[in-house]
Amino acid sequence: MTTDRHDGKRVDEATGTETVGHEWDGIEELDTPMPRWWLWTLYLTIVWGVVYVILYPAWPLVDRATAGVLGWTSRGQLAKEMSIADQARTTVREQLVRIPIERLPENSALMQQAVAGGRAAFKVHCSQCHGSGAAGSQTLGYPNLNDDDWLWGGDLKAIHFTLVNGIRQPDRDSTRASDMPPFEGVFDAGQLTALSEHVLSFSGKGRANPVGARIYADNCTICHGPAGEGDRAQGAPRLNDAIWLYGNTREDVARQILRPRMGVMPAWEGRLDPATIKMLAAYVHSLGGGEDFVEVAADPAIEVDERP
Amino acid sequence: MSDPDKPELIEDGVRKTNEPVSSAVAAPEATTRRHEPHEPARTHLPEKLFEARKTVHNRRIDGPFRRFKWFVMLVTLAIYYGTPWIRWDRGPYAPDQAVLVDLANRRFYMFGIEIWPQEFYFVAGLLIMAGVGLFIITSAVGRAWCGYACPQTVWTDLFQHVDRFVDGDRFARQKLDAAPWGPNKIARRALKWTIYLVIGFWTGGAWIMYFADAPTLVHDFWRGEAAPAAYITVAILTLTTVTLGGFMREQVCIYMCPWPRIQTAMMDEKSLLVTYKDWRGEPRGSVKKAERNPGMVGDCIDCTMCVQVCPTGIDIRDGPQIGCITCALCIDACDRVMAEVGRPRGLIDYATLEDCEAEANGAKPRPAWRALLRPRTIAYTLIWGSIGLAMLFALGNRSRTDLSVAPDRNPPFMLMSDGSVRNSYTLSLRNMATRPRPMEVAIEGLPGAVMWSDTMSRAQAARMIRITVPADSTQTMRAYVVAPADTAATSFAFSLTALGEERETDRTETNFDAPQASQ
Repeated sequence: MTTDRHDGKRVDEATGTETVGHEWDGIEELDTPMPRWWLWTLYLTIVWGVVYVILYPAWPLVDRATAGVLGWTSRGQLAKEMSIADQARTTVREQLVRIPIERLPENSALMQQAVAGGRAAFKVHCSQCHGSGAAGSQTLGYPNLNDDDWLWGGDLKAIHFTLVNGIRQPDRDSTRASDMPPFEGVFDAGQLTALSEHVLSFSGKGRANPVGARIYADNCTICHGPAGEGDRAQGAPRLNDAIWLYGNTREDVARQILRPRMGVMPAWEGRLDPATIKMLAAYVHSLGGGEDFVEVAADPAIEVDERP
Repeated sequence: MSDPDKPELIEDGVRKTNEPVSSAVAAPEATTRRHEPHEPARTHLPEKLFEARKTVHNRRIDGPFRRFKWFVMLVTLAIYYGTPWIRWDRGPYAPDQAVLVDLANRRFYMFGIEIWPQEFYFVAGLLIMAGVGLFIITSAVGRAWCGYACPQTVWTDLFQHVDRFVDGDRFARQKLDAAPWGPNKIARRALKWTIYLVIGFWTGGAWIMYFADAPTLVHDFWRGEAAPAAYITVAILTLTTVTLGGFMREQVCIYMCPWPRIQTAMMDEKSLLVTYKDWRGEPRGSVKKAERNPGMVGDCIDCTMCVQVCPTGIDIRDGPQIGCITCALCIDACDRVMAEVGRPRGLIDYATLEDCEAEANGAKPRPAWRALLRPRTIAYTLIWGSIGLAMLFALGNRSRTDLSVAPDRNPPFMLMSDGSVRNSYTLSLRNMATRPRPMEVAIEGLPGAVMWSDTMSRAQAARMIRITVPADSTQTMRAYVVAPADTAATSFAFSLTALGEERETDRTETNFDAPQASQ
């Protein structure tokens, strides 16, 4: 029994409910009214939407959005969360400032936190030159910090000193500085080839020769040592190992003799707070090439804190 | 309207009226509820947007299904409220609560079984088993889950008993509903809603016990020292329990629950359903009418008891419908009435559609248990059982030691000053046993290589490092592996051996990167 209605819809016989007027393969949809609570839920969401638009930034305008009466912004919330996070870090930072760097390894919990903090700080302040994995760049002459070759020493204290004072920082007396004189115009081409070959022979890459040996003994031994063992006190690189800051081909070595490149690193004291610098030292030391304390560097500029 | 003082047909099984059965039971208020197919139902469109809910005041009934429902309710509630209080001794390094979801430490304890996050497939397996179990139940006995075991049903039932306890049975409640607000009604409502709140609070309170040591949590909770999450959870669950169980009730089943919409796909003509046997019941008529017209009147005397006892307020005589949760209280009610009027039981009964058809055509009724044994339910049971067996097998054979290796990729390798090549790895050593165990990490392959960790000096580098991993935890360790100069890129393995009473070993292949051979 079908009751046809003026708009083509009909009333379902069994339930007395009007259909919505659609039919799929003989199945019709009843236009059953919503339960009251369902409608109230819908109205509540609408009210909530309006309230939200009034309270919070919501409505996009041409170059900004409505501010909302609560004055909430995501930037403001971020700033607040950051300051809370900073406060949580203050204890660790205070501890770090107080502890002398050479005593840091004794406090393994603090050391771990320092390494973690240093990892983050490294990405921000150091990765531009040394790379995010601290592998440096041979082409550009930024040293690799993962290996076990250190121009100025690789224990925590030496690394910390380098970070604080920088390398070849002008107007800074305590900075690490070494000077490789340029030999351009001093050697002829044959002498240069012989010397490069001899230098490479220290690490087994070239052939030792008397001409090169004589030139080396006259010009290089004073800094690099008779067998190319280098001198950390002066920052003279070892020549008898497998690691070459500016490359290990004959051309690379010859170029470094004629027109030496000498890298520069900023002194971080004054740019970064002492706690961050200690964190960075701990992180760089943790990269796998860090050296144990064998001797406190002979540099008188390094203050040894005797307090426990 | 009906006289509320009029004795009801069945009150504790005693008939209290001398009137003929047919007129006594066909209470006028009940007749208005009943759907009349031939009445021009709704001749014009409902102008209002919504349909007001008709409160269901279901009547008390006793019978085998009601008693089964009581039983299921008691068992499920006892499991829910009691489980967190069962203790289980796991030794000094693990909690002693039998069932514990330790979110903070990401452990799941269930009696003798401890699940780590990476073993979560066991929980997934349990969920699949629960799903397939639901398929078995539904294909065999229809919506038995809905009728007896579903939490919504159990709690609704509980709240309906509260209604009955405070306000009285069906007619008393209807009368109180219609009555104007007065001291009596206010007092009863206040008492009823207080009991609702207490039940809701208990429900929420029991829930949080699963996530922390129950006695400690109860102590902390009342002293105001528990985690905020505990109070928030209890508040939310109190609110939802009271709202869903106390006020929304059958609307949850009809409007909110997806399960009745998909379970029709699980059922077929061989599934047991609560069915009104219309060929036997129609046309409805009183006993007197049946005496006057022998053979012309069906067994249904239209007493509407089946409607009055229904917790979702439906009329089963309209046929199978979404509101029917097959709790079978109407069967209890109808069987009682049939006994009263001296007709055979089973006018409303558990029956399959197939049986109904056969029976309508004069065949003998067949036992209901047959619905349980047929290819479909057997296939589901086999699937269910094989998942269970596979999980038991996996559970019995799982290792309590695990090693995972993550090689550093930035930089992939490092040339050392003596020409040797170094790779770095982050090793995760897992000790899933509930006691600390000494373990050995060793390099397998990669001749000449040695390793050291960031907690030891390079001078101590060796092929094998011994380390004690604390109970039930993962130890992360950085390993620097140095291979002699001219080692080519190759693959090798780390092995982890847990020492102790039973040795367990895990082995993980990884790569060693090296510079390409030059010149």
